[in-house]
Amino acid sequence: MNQKHPFLVVEVLTAIALIAAPFILPHLGFAPTTINRILIWGLFGLGFDILFGYTGLLSFGQSAFFGTGGMFAAYLLTELDFPYVMGAIILGAIVAGLAGYLVGLVALRRTGIYFAMITVAISEVFFFVEFNPLSRYTGGENGLPGVPTPSVFLGFTTLTFHSDRAMYVFLAFWYFVGLVVALRIVRSPVGAILSAIRDNPLRAAALGHNIHAYKHTAFVAAAIYAGFAGGLLGVMQGFMPPDAFMFDTSGQLVMQTAIGGAGSLFGPLIGATVWLFLSDFFQNTLHLGATWKLVLGIVFVLLVVFLRRGIVGAIADLYRMAKGARNATEPAEKPMAAPVITPVATEALLPPPRPTHSASSPILRATGLSKRYGGLMANSDIDFTVNHGEIRGIIGPNGAGKSTFFKMLTCEVPPSSGKIMFEDRDITGMSVTDVCQLGLTKSYQINQLFDRLTVGQNLTIAALGEIRGKFRLDLFRNIHKIPGLAEQVERTLALVNLMHRLDTPVSDLAYGEKRRLEIGLALATSPSLLLLDEPLAGMSPSERIETVALLKSIARGRTMIIIDHDVDSLFELVETVTVLQEGRVLVHGTPQEIKFNPQVQEAYLGGVHGEMA
Amino acid sequence: MINWANFLSQCFNGLVLGGLLALISSGLTIIYGTLGVLNLAHGAMFMLGGYAGWVAYDYTGSFIVALIAGSLFVMLVGVLMERLIIRYFYSRPQEDQILVTFGLGIVFVETVRFFFGSLSKTVPPPALFQGITNLGFMVYPTYRLASLGIVTVALLALYLVLYRTRLGMIVRAGIEDSVMVGSLGIDVYKVFMLVFGIGAMAAGFAGIVNAPVVSIAPDVGEAILVQTFVVVVIGGVGSFPGAVLGGIIAGEIISITSMFNPGYAYVMLFVAMTVVLVWRPYGLLGAAGRE
Repeated sequence: MNQKHPFLVVEVLTAIALIAAPFILPHLGFAPTTINRILIWGLFGLGFDILFGYTGLLSFGQSAFFGTGGMFAAYLLTELDFPYVMGAIILGAIVAGLAGYLVGLVALRRTGIYFAMITVAISEVFFFVEFNPLSRYTGGENGLPGVPTPSVFLGFTTLTFHSDRAMYVFLAFWYFVGLVVALRIVRSPVGAILSAIRDNPLRAAALGHNIHAYKHTAFVAAAIYAGFAGGLLGVMQGFMPPDAFMFDTSGQLVMQTAIGGAGSLFGPLIGATVWLFLSDFFQNTLHLGATWKLVLGIVFVLLVVFLRRGIVGAIADLYRMAKGARNATEPAEKPMAAPVITPVATEALLPPPRPTHSASSPILRATGLSKRYGGLMANSDIDFTVNHGEIRGIIGPNGAGKSTFFKMLTCEVPPSSGKIMFEDRDITGMSVTDVCQLGLTKSYQINQLFDRLTVGQNLTIAALGEIRGKFRLDLFRNIHKIPGLAEQVERTLALVNLMHRLDTPVSDLAYGEKRRLEIGLALATSPSLLLLDEPLAGMSPSERIETVALLKSIARGRTMIIIDHDVDSLFELVETVTVLQEGRVLVHGTPQEIKFNPQVQEAYLGGVHGEMA
Repeated sequence: MINWANFLSQCFNGLVLGGLLALISSGLTIIYGTLGVLNLAHGAMFMLGGYAGWVAYDYTGSFIVALIAGSLFVMLVGVLMERLIIRYFYSRPQEDQILVTFGLGIVFVETVRFFFGSLSKTVPPPALFQGITNLGFMVYPTYRLASLGIVTVALLALYLVLYRTRLGMIVRAGIEDSVMVGSLGIDVYKVFMLVFGIGAMAAGFAGIVNAPVVSIAPDVGEAILVQTFVVVVIGGVGSFPGAVLGGIIAGEIISITSMFNPGYAYVMLFVAMTVVLVWRPYGLLGAAGRE
């Protein structure tokens, strides 16, 4: 995402491979129709990989859209004598996309296993509808024969794609078009957000992205690809088979993608190559008869057990290992010791907080805020006001309801009663996404990062929320060409001192670095009110000193509320402190007043009077 | 015009199918609830039960022996599956768990096809339950009535195990929070193995009970798996009462719709599922946060 692709290397290499394939593959034992079939499955899989590999939604319902697109196109071409083959296929893809939109309304209400189960049910519904109530149009179990061959009128001559070789050219062209489009989607801001949703949907939503709308987009895109591939299948075979609708079709797509490796766009193509080759090999060369499926099933299980990320993932790992071995022999270019961190205090580095309209009025006012979990009152009747530019601390013994209070302020959990005004706007009951869009966000007590993305990509996701709003369909926009994005990411990176870690995957970061990135994610949204939930938690003493310096530099010109147990560090940072105890506000005052307040001492030390440690 | 006798007998069919679905779905739902694994090979367990029962019947000629031997066989398959493969997937992403059980399902189906062929097999109902019974208001196949009774007894047994035994208490606690159960000094892995075995057995048992009603073939599990999913979505994941309620609802919908047009049975099932998802996203008797 952060590397720019010089001269579209992937596209050029794919074009070369597609041109070379028909000359090489037959020598390896691939029948011409098998090669064509691989392209159709590969194209079908491009959309599926956007949905599964990039967004993390494992659907077993793709056969529904494959069949719908294919049947619609075949019906237009055979029964209605629609003259344009490509036109019919494109219309089929659109119809499949519409079906995907409607199905998505239901299926995307839930995630995880519910989503998988619902999509299984959907594929079965489409199968039965196609077979029975709609059999007048779809030919029922006979399918639709007589789908015409495509032809292209060039002005002086007409190209028709009769032979297998000619059909290969036709299919390879459309696979290439499909790939170019998919690559653009993956490299667009939408693609970046889809990966974020896969890694951590809750945080993606908390950074101001309407994840439901993005998931729906991926679902529709996958359905369009499926419908398009289904249309091509009918044209290739001259016959639209009803078994395109079968659950087996979905299953085969899932298995091919898993074998090839999800999340690379090429996984499905490679998986299809392996799958179709083996199935031909087992049936025609080894004459296994019906047993071929058993052998393939065993191969698949073994691959899932031992090859976690499929063939593409294994190749990537091997490449990395080889590269790592080479690097190890060379003298290390950089000492591995932790870089010495100098606190950044340049104001130019700050992502500017959003302009605020009424500087004198309170930025946040919560009144009568309560939260009840069953019989437990986590918060009761809290009145809380923070002014523009204030740095507020919140302390309280464990279980005082501090984190619950924060969750209500950011609208992660709805209050049982009470009202929250942010910049004179009632935000009670709004979604966490909308609240982030308004400029109120939080860094989490427990890191909520996008683990499979790099540091730079993490911050990009956060910055995109502010730059693009909560939903935008710029599917084909190059993420590197968004004005202001790179600057905002760089500023935040400098601020949290992770410049040298730009391209490091989050999973390789040290804990202290992850903690700073966590704060960076919140900062990159340019919040006008920033909540920090225990920013110092779990840090070593030296990391604490660095982070306090970091927070001081952030604090300038910003409004912040900080929860922490490290009272000494906190009192150094904040101007006023609110003490919570048992879900209520105990006292409120300056750090000095709080330090010597007998009530606070009692709350913490249980009646032993004396200066707090 | 609706034929009321026909309608009533379809309602009974719905109840029989519903009981069966309830039993299979409880197996799926307690496995998911406790282990966090969605077993896509659960339909294959149903199928394996039918075949194991058929083999046992072939050797002994006794339906009771078939029922017991078949259930124990499927339980053993479940335990082995958990021990040898599923165990290594607890720490892996949910998608990997789904993929591996999906693959195992295919392996089971194709293995059975390899040994027994694709042609369907039938197990005759036990002599005691052959023929038809006159219920006064209608006549109904005796075995279907009996199977309703058998399934009810099995559900009751499962209920007693879940709600009246120490193991059941651990399982129900595990559905709420298996990490917490583990930290209380209970060997969760042993419990996981047992739960997987019992869950598989529930499906296998249903497979044998159903064998005299519908002939068995290697792919009978596929349709059952889909219906089971709908049941679990309707009833709520991890809820035993939800599985029972969902099973009966789904069974009735399928049977009654089939009376008018079997082609719409799945459509109606899907409509019901959609209504539940909109109205109560976590299922009729499910709790939020289990997914």
